Amino acid sequence: MKEKLYKLIFMVLAFASLIFLLGIVFILFKESLPIFSKVNIGKFIFGRFWYPTYSPPEFGILPLILASAWVTFGAILVCVPLGVGSALYLNELAGPRQRAILKPLVELLASVPSVVFGFFGMVIVTPFLQKIFNLPTGLTAFNASLVLGVMATPTVCSIAEDALNYVPKSFREASFALGADRWQTLIQVVIPAAGSGISTAIILGMSRAIGETMTVLMVAGGAAVIPHTFLEPVRPMTAAIAAEMGEAPVGSSHYHALFAIALILFLVTFIFNIIAEIVSRRFRIKLGLSG
Amino acid sequence: MDKKIKMRAEGVNFFYGRTQALKNVDILIHANQVTALIGPSGCGKSTFIRLFNRMNELVPDTSLSGNIYLDDLEINSAQIDPVEIRKRVGMVFQKPNPFPKSIFDNISYGLRVNGVRDANSIEERVEASLKKAAIWDEVKNRLNDSALKLSGGQQQRLCIARCLAVDTEVILFDEPCASLDPISTAKIEELILELKKDYTIVIVTHNMQQAARVSDYTGFFLLGELIEFGKTQDIFTAPQDKRTEAYITGRFG
Repeated sequence: MKEKLYKLIFMVLAFASLIFLLGIVFILFKESLPIFSKVNIGKFIFGRFWYPTYSPPEFGILPLILASAWVTFGAILVCVPLGVGSALYLNELAGPRQRAILKPLVELLASVPSVVFGFFGMVIVTPFLQKIFNLPTGLTAFNASLVLGVMATPTVCSIAEDALNYVPKSFREASFALGADRWQTLIQVVIPAAGSGISTAIILGMSRAIGETMTVLMVAGGAAVIPHTFLEPVRPMTAAIAAEMGEAPVGSSHYHALFAIALILFLVTFIFNIIAEIVSRRFRIKLGLSG
Repeated sequence: MDKKIKMRAEGVNFFYGRTQALKNVDILIHANQVTALIGPSGCGKSTFIRLFNRMNELVPDTSLSGNIYLDDLEINSAQIDPVEIRKRVGMVFQKPNPFPKSIFDNISYGLRVNGVRDANSIEERVEASLKKAAIWDEVKNRLNDSALKLSGGQQQRLCIARCLAVDTEVILFDEPCASLDPISTAKIEELILELKKDYTIVIVTHNMQQAARVSDYTGFFLLGELIEFGKTQDIFTAPQDKRTEAYITGRFG
């Protein structure tokens, strides 16, 4: 009897996250569908103007989508070399003692709150960019890319390092025993073997960057206009939701439009995570680890 | 004993940290013969064989004294690049360890890292070494399949082929049949007997019957010492040392 009760309690706990997920998805759909009766979905996604408070309002989120894409792409350019490079160093070149110190430090970077990153972006990166590029404002897609890239680096590094670690020692030994040097072994055996694990790391890094809100709200500049260069202010989807939710009357079109943005964002990160999961499963099978 | 000596070890001591794994080992490895190293687990035989291609350098915090020669070359001297030694002294490991690449690429990898670029000659040598390793007929129609799809015994023969492709002179086998079934084991043993025509072979095994079947010389290791070394026939029929006798008659192990 008592045992049954415990089992029930833990089962409820275990299913709680599933219930939350389903609840969130349900609310996202329910609250975003009304907007599509006013604006058709193609116009919503590909509309070039986001003027939610004008009359008549315009609900085109292309500027927001492109802003997210630019910023995420820029962040990838920063976090992939940094993250994968440091993973390679940690795994292949650093001695055990150095590694024992460095890896936790890299992971510690992930525990810095995003508002702190945003703060640094505002007070240090912003004036710096403004000066170098002689810009009217330093709050730009470029700035957001840099800061997001640094933020995503620990994710990429940590997962990529795990992937390199999973490459069995026997592959390296076999390669060395054939007369390959360290560099050849790394490039031709270790990296291909860890390849899909490293891809997983990159996808999860992207997913981290695209979903980040506070930082982009603080440093991306906030202009809901289609960006033409990295040096313009932009308003990514997350920033639009965070900045506008407070001023959109509950039940208004603007309110539903913001939910629709959240739904799209959710679907994008959901797809990223599924791809990452498939790729990493394939990776484990390839290395003969369990499926 | 007029046979040529291919490798020899003189006064070899080896340490993992402060633990001495090998104590003053001397041995002669005869060219085109099979030398078996036997002994109970932890006796140092695997550590010893890995000194012949400088694989122990990959293990941190180890140290070595004494000399090891390949022909007349001291392989540990400072001017020698371990990469050069490993090209001449190949190794087959306890667990088959093909790369997660195609069958073809598993063999061509060694060629490419050793500077062979010409596609035709790579193809020829891949085929030749697969034939030598007696696995060609089983894989010739699926050279682009992943090597990991092969059975354990096939994988091990592929690993042998991989060694042969790079023109190795000595092949070190570190318990090559430890994870294989009896039929695959028989195939590997047959192959070893065939290969000794062209190569010098050292095999570590904990299977005494295997040592008796395939080897010409046998060395018995115990607690890091080479207790007895001689012709396999003599070791198994008339061991000089009591400990060797006790081991081969199965009194411990």
